[in-house]
Amino acid sequence: MPLVLTEEQSMLRDSARGFITDKAPVSHLRQLRDSGDADGFSRELWKAFADMGFTGLLVPEQFGGSGLGCVEAGVVMEEIGRTLMPSPFLSTAVLAASALSRGGNEAQKSAHLPRIADGSMLAAFAIDEGTKHRPLHTSLQATRAGNGFKLNGAKALVTDGHVADLLVVVARSAGSAGDRKGLTLFLVDPKAKGVAIERTVMVDAHNAARIAFDNVEVTADGVLGEVDDGAGLLDNILNIGRGAVASEMVGLSEEVFGRTVSYLKERKQFGKLIGEFQALQHRAAQLYIDIEITRAAVLKALQALDADIDNAGTAVAVAKARAGTTATLAVQEGVQMHGGMGMTDQFDIGFFMKRARVCQELLGDSNFHAGQLARAKGY
Amino acid sequence: MTDLDQFRSETRAWLEANCPPEMRKPVVNDDDVFWGGRNTRFASEAQKVWFERMRDKGWTVPDWPTQYGGGGLDPAQAKVLREEMAAISARPPLSSFGIWMLGPALLKYGTEAQKAEHLPKITAGLIRWCQGYSEPNAGSDLASLQTRAESDGDDFIITGQKIWTSYANYADWIFCLVRTDAAAKKHDGISFILFDMTSKGVSTKPILLISGKSPFCETFFDGVRVPKSHVVGTVNRGWDVAKYLLQHERAMISGLGDRSAGRPLGQIAADSIGADDQGRLDDAMLRSQIAAFEVDEAALASAAERAVDLAKAGQGHPAFSSAMKYYGTELNKRRHEILMSAGGIDALEWESDRSRGGLRPRAWLRTKANSIEGGTSEVMLGIVAKRILDLPGA
Repeated sequence: MPLVLTEEQSMLRDSARGFITDKAPVSHLRQLRDSGDADGFSRELWKAFADMGFTGLLVPEQFGGSGLGCVEAGVVMEEIGRTLMPSPFLSTAVLAASALSRGGNEAQKSAHLPRIADGSMLAAFAIDEGTKHRPLHTSLQATRAGNGFKLNGAKALVTDGHVADLLVVVARSAGSAGDRKGLTLFLVDPKAKGVAIERTVMVDAHNAARIAFDNVEVTADGVLGEVDDGAGLLDNILNIGRGAVASEMVGLSEEVFGRTVSYLKERKQFGKLIGEFQALQHRAAQLYIDIEITRAAVLKALQALDADIDNAGTAVAVAKARAGTTATLAVQEGVQMHGGMGMTDQFDIGFFMKRARVCQELLGDSNFHAGQLARAKGY
Repeated sequence: MTDLDQFRSETRAWLEANCPPEMRKPVVNDDDVFWGGRNTRFASEAQKVWFERMRDKGWTVPDWPTQYGGGGLDPAQAKVLREEMAAISARPPLSSFGIWMLGPALLKYGTEAQKAEHLPKITAGLIRWCQGYSEPNAGSDLASLQTRAESDGDDFIITGQKIWTSYANYADWIFCLVRTDAAAKKHDGISFILFDMTSKGVSTKPILLISGKSPFCETFFDGVRVPKSHVVGTVNRGWDVAKYLLQHERAMISGLGDRSAGRPLGQIAADSIGADDQGRLDDAMLRSQIAAFEVDEAALASAAERAVDLAKAGQGHPAFSSAMKYYGTELNKRRHEILMSAGGIDALEWESDRSRGGLRPRAWLRTKANSIEGGTSEVMLGIVAKRILDLPGA
């Protein structure tokens, strides 16, 4: 398959870009942050996302979605990355939709997927527990109780956790931290007894929560996929999410880079445009090259996810690792080349730096994914 | 099954039946590469058989027109053939500056007579070409070249010196940049001309490099008589041809670092250094360097694939080969630094049989030229800054 967007994918990109740049420029995020908005995103824009069909991109057609793939989800994420639009797209339309459509039984799918597609339900995916993303080290305990389970433990960095109508929770039902065997996914009502949700205001002014589970009862109907054998399903959900976050970082990197190059062409010092200085030209050229190469690696991963998801792990690891280092470089160069202006809150560039830092940690940073690659290659 | 799937399965079967097992091993030394030419010899029967079968199929240059001995494959088919060859680690049957550099320029700028004369000899491996570009005082500033061609009736008389001429001492013909108008501005007085290296007045002298090898020569022209009909494109417009050829040269050089079909670097390192009880390379810092390198290497491979697909879709940028050349060569230097570190003390041996004549350190040193030849990294970044980013004064 050619490593370029198809005509349909390009049209999707154009419509997403048109909508997002018009309705949710960076000033939208700034306004939500400054007003201390309780939701942390705009429900009105989420409704509009649903009307445009974006919320149901990964929802199969029989459940009211459009049944498209990871490349399409990546296209939308990239546009989100350009303006840093706060949106439940990643949590609900990518992670939860994938979890339900890949792991859910018919009852679970019909109960939730149509509501994700029509924008009436928000969902969050709860995986991380410790300081770093370590899926196999999940230790939130699921113990059998009656015909169901009781959950005990805590999750962190749950994107949109405080506004979610449904939680997808990864828990350990057997074995111990580090084991692949013994992981089970659960659907949990955030209003259930014993669930305590703390919204955590983050550096990037995007949504996140810490969630504690204290003897939370889940019936057998709440099990998503196989008991104790959730690792395969989890890998696939995480890899889809990683591809999406990598796409967001490509959009973010390119936007920062575009703004920086424009600045090099307008800022004068020593009687010259600073873009005339070779020291800056070469760094700009290196960054351009880095971003183009990363873009190719990310598209490769998204296509691999759509073609054969069980064998896409290496391509996804490459993409997320690259996207993380590229975005980190892009925002650092962005601030540095904007000089003192780059340090001001009034200027948008700092928002990109903060979001890039969060995107690095989301679903595994560059070191984590380079390590995954090394393990996959046997060294 | 689509036509392309059909082509893939036929190609796979043909390669399986026709590629000798010896030709499915990584290229290790110079003998493993077949360059063709008047004085060439095959290093083995397998090399000969593989070359002849591929030549007869038109697959020494799969995407050139069949009338010139190419395979006439469209870009999608050529990509399938590359993928299927990579899948069995098949060696290229023929390596040639005629294929990578001169051919594309001739196809675009050559007369029908020039194409008919030269291209079939390239695809059949009969003539080996070298490139007369750099001069002692024209390196990064290539357009300041001084080798002059003076008009004499139907001929030019060429006098001057080239340097860094790869394998000039083995080459049969040269494609050469010469100054045909000394009064014009430096880019406007250059012509691109072809001539036989056995012409009277041509001599070569190998240059010993830090690798202890001599892949490059100094090449001297002392009144070499060349028919004017050997100019490619328009007289004094040779810079257009030169730049077009450089794009192909840079694309070729950027691919040098792509060894993804071979053994993973981390395993090569583990062979010599060992692994810990969890199977991880027993040098944590080197392991992270290698992993970071392999991330970048895989990403570059995708970018190379995408560059071809973008060009095919008419969305490519002509200067993008400079971006790829920069990244590919810097990456290849990194690769060899890692290989030296992985080899440790063993990789320092320069002559022993054990080290196969110092294969690894010599290869390491050779890669230092990657970011100089075909345009330095700094020149590449300048081109990207100017032509792609449109930065002022670049």
